[in-house]
Amino acid sequence: MITETQFAHFDSLELDCGETLTGLQVAYETYGQLNAEKTNAVLILHAFTGDAHAAGIDHNGKPGWWDNMIGPGKAFDTNRYFVICSNVLGGCRGTTGPSSIDPRTGRRYGLRFPVITIGDMVRLQKKLIDHLGIPKLLAVAGGSMGGMQALEWAVSYPDAVEACIPIAATARHSAQQIAFNETGRQAIMMDPDFNHGDYSDDRPPARGLAVARMIGHITYMSDESMREKFGRRLRNREAFSFGFDIDFEVESYLRYRGQQFVGRFDANSYLYITKAMDYFDLTLGYPSLAASLERAKARFLVISFTSDWLYPSYQSLEIVNALRSRNHDVTYCELTSNYGHDAFLVDVAEQTEVIRGFLARCLREFREARP
Amino acid sequence: MKVREVLGRGDYALISGLIPEGARVLDLGCGDGALLAWLRENKRVEGRGIELKPELAQRAASRGVPVYHGDLESSLGEYPDQAFDYVILSQTLQELRRPLDVLEQMLRIGRHAIVAFPNFGHWRVRWSHLWSGRAPKTRLFPHDWHSSPNIHFLTVLDFEETVAGRGWKVERRLFLSGHSQIRFAPNWRAEIAVYLIRR
Repeated sequence: MITETQFAHFDSLELDCGETLTGLQVAYETYGQLNAEKTNAVLILHAFTGDAHAAGIDHNGKPGWWDNMIGPGKAFDTNRYFVICSNVLGGCRGTTGPSSIDPRTGRRYGLRFPVITIGDMVRLQKKLIDHLGIPKLLAVAGGSMGGMQALEWAVSYPDAVEACIPIAATARHSAQQIAFNETGRQAIMMDPDFNHGDYSDDRPPARGLAVARMIGHITYMSDESMREKFGRRLRNREAFSFGFDIDFEVESYLRYRGQQFVGRFDANSYLYITKAMDYFDLTLGYPSLAASLERAKARFLVISFTSDWLYPSYQSLEIVNALRSRNHDVTYCELTSNYGHDAFLVDVAEQTEVIRGFLARCLREFREARP
Repeated sequence: MKVREVLGRGDYALISGLIPEGARVLDLGCGDGALLAWLRENKRVEGRGIELKPELAQRAASRGVPVYHGDLESSLGEYPDQAFDYVILSQTLQELRRPLDVLEQMLRIGRHAIVAFPNFGHWRVRWSHLWSGRAPKTRLFPHDWHSSPNIHFLTVLDFEETVAGRGWKVERRLFLSGHSQIRFAPNWRAEIAVYLIRR
């Protein structure tokens, strides 16, 4: 399946910070067919560094970031569901972000881009869904930051969401999560090439961005998956170098991942999106998480993973318990995996079964409830 | 469709007979969600489940049953009062660390509780214990003393006494031996007891 990224354009978007963005573009892809009654649309929400290319193969032969979950016969079965995925606001993969041209100045926004929130991302996605003519989504689903967006959708647009699937997510970042993000941001901003966000394409703050990504990768894995994948194995050598070249396999891997990331991700987007995650707090403006989630009318499927220490199960349980305290329709599974936070991307067999059954029920009940 | 043929458990057949159309049901220790799925299909029941074992909770979720994967003994407190019409505890009472706390919670969050348990007063159990001089082993209690999940052994009389002592009301009591329902001398003859109780 060769997939094509499409673009939609919107005049303006009001932001939580009080500013208004104008002349916005959203990159998105769709898979499968919208049915006549428009009851089978599923919006997939990507994690931090993801993009609109969630499934299928693009023109460069690259598979989508969740291709193991989206497609014919997969968890999000494109024979049954119409699947949509868009790049988030603030991103650098086709949707308006700090690397876009500011229509007021004709130059790149850089750090003049307003600080955005998960709520802003979701408001822009709602415009896209309206543009596609879908009154109510069968499901919003995503892992990590995608799960935060799914939660935001369920609370902000309760009548537009039949089912909500937050995976390895949280209702608000903990101090530890904020700390990792801040360390990444500091690595970028301390890079001599950062230049207050006004760097050129051929001289990005590559070292800072690579270090930020290295830190990120550590948090996405688990102690066990790193032991399995690298152990203390040396890289192309029999003995220590007694220097600071690459000795260990894990050093080589992290450096490679860091450098590779520089080629595909914008440093300013890194700053803005991590800040949006850190600001996210579903309880803001409510006395409790339960009171906030009480607005939601969706059925919930919450999934966490045993070895995920970045978004630990207790954070998913916070969501689940808030929902249970209002006797909300919620399914919760803690899936067993050694892959850490990455599990939702790579260890998908059980996740597939659980989502498949949940979605099938939601589609049936959505159709039955229609007048 | 006969519930016993589908689910293969006699207590499930009795339990489903106690639940009216369209009821809100919570099944504690719901396993793979078979009972709840059956109740949804056949009685339009709005069901929820709690299951501790990961693979069973996943199978329940895969059927579309809203299951909470966790320990029922520590998780009932979250539900609001009278959230359900019926709260089911099927053949798990004897495995709980704090069975009375769970029964209290069941009657707080549900208007009715349905409790099914294996009767330790059955004559085979008594015979096995008396004759062998060892921890009883029967088809209902097949485990060795060290590997049994059962940690609280109770009989029909014990349960009756507990319910009366707490001021709860027994609405129905049903007794099973094999696949047949029995009426007389249940504390001797019943392998499984099923109680419908309320506050």
